[in-house]
Amino acid sequence: MSDGERIWTSERVWGTWRVKVGLAEMLRGGVIMDVTTAEQAKIAEEAGAVAVMALERVPADIRKEGGVARMADPERILEIMEAVTIPVMAKCRIGHFVEAEILEALGVDFIDESEVLTPADEQHHIYKHPFKVPFVCGARDLGEALRRIGEGAAMIRTKGEAGTGNVVEAVRHMRLIMTEIRTITQLSDDELMAKAKSLGAPYELVKWIHDHGRLPVPNFAAGGIATPADAALMMRLGAEAVFVGSGIFKSADPERRARAIVDAVTYYDRPEILAEISRSLGEPMRGLDVRTLAEAELLQVRGW
Amino acid sequence: MKIGVLALQGDFAEHLKMLETVGVEGVRVRLPEDLEGINGLIIPGGESTTLGTLGVRYRLLDAIKGKAEEGLPIFGTCAGAILMATTVVDSDQPRLGLLDIVVNRNAYGRQKDSFEAPVMIRPIGPPPITAVFIRAPVIQSVGADVEVLATLDDQPVLVKKGGLLAATFHPELTDDNRVHRFFVDLCQ
Repeated sequence: MSDGERIWTSERVWGTWRVKVGLAEMLRGGVIMDVTTAEQAKIAEEAGAVAVMALERVPADIRKEGGVARMADPERILEIMEAVTIPVMAKCRIGHFVEAEILEALGVDFIDESEVLTPADEQHHIYKHPFKVPFVCGARDLGEALRRIGEGAAMIRTKGEAGTGNVVEAVRHMRLIMTEIRTITQLSDDELMAKAKSLGAPYELVKWIHDHGRLPVPNFAAGGIATPADAALMMRLGAEAVFVGSGIFKSADPERRARAIVDAVTYYDRPEILAEISRSLGEPMRGLDVRTLAEAELLQVRGW
Repeated sequence: MKIGVLALQGDFAEHLKMLETVGVEGVRVRLPEDLEGINGLIIPGGESTTLGTLGVRYRLLDAIKGKAEEGLPIFGTCAGAILMATTVVDSDQPRLGLLDIVVNRNAYGRQKDSFEAPVMIRPIGPPPITAVFIRAPVIQSVGADVEVLATLDDQPVLVKKGGLLAATFHPELTDDNRVHRFFVDLCQ
């Protein structure tokens, strides 16, 4: 190789926006599964998961047991990272930038600043741009999604209502985000600032949506997905991939259900394939009617 | 001319957009019958274990191997390159095994070690392209008849044998469509 060529190859840049959003792009059309042990992580990988979320307790158990939910024990996360070759994500509390720094130091591939854990800061989310590791954040509507992207989130997911096995809130949030995006594409240039004001969102991002007709980062679904049909429904509504939390390892036959949900996200618009893969999967997780939950039990209202 | 893009999982939409900028029709490939009538196939970035698992379950790996034997040009990026490799270090994951290269997965490290760097591609020439490496594999060695078209610090990052092209980076994540044009030319 000549010296001239060597000059071109010496300037590596790490942690760029393109590299962060790039990993989110690689996960598209895939399923990210919550796991609490190395064995569960292997089951998820063998079923075809694109990534796992390393946790101490799945949301359904956090909901049941109560108390303060915090970042998982690093030992637990490292065991899971050791067990699989696919990316490993982990959750930190909203606003807890030190938990996030610890997760980055551990080498996790994606950080979920998550409403499933007890918030550490009720006013401020983490300023995510300085991190080399990408972040995903939950959103209930477009304004919330754009505030998180403004802070540096490289992926957005619906909040849904985690740990319920009930897809209704994820559907509500995805429909709202998609409707708001379509509305913005129809606005004239002189209406965008007022829209940014009413959404509480950065003007530049509202303008970007107006020009491109989509979020500037991948838009995934999460919160209450329990069946292959739920996963396919979220894809049909515009999700680009799906997180499944309690839905797999709280079901009767996690291996089969995990495989079926992976297939459903790929073949989401092929009912004949969905019919085949949905057969005899055993009991799904029991599930909760979200309307029976008191306001204080709702996870989606955490963060803004 | 129609180019298929394997659309089981991964950034296949970015490849379809790239093909549009080159002026070629791109079609999504999710089942063996989608391979009919295409002049080339792109295997996108994504998770190679997911692509392999779905590829076995829906009989796409065998179907693609059959087409490759008939001379279908194939371009794999990152996970796509892993699927094309004959040897993956420390792994027996399902793959196509079409191209005589030894690949080491996630050899640069985890996501925080992902990076971009300018890379000069010999048959394309200056300016260098911005190569995006995301949890990228390293091509440790190549067979005797595999051409190395680009390197990063002496390691191959773009290799070719006949109609088979494999990149460890993601040209589809940039606005520079020269690598896609190079592949489309191979399909003619």
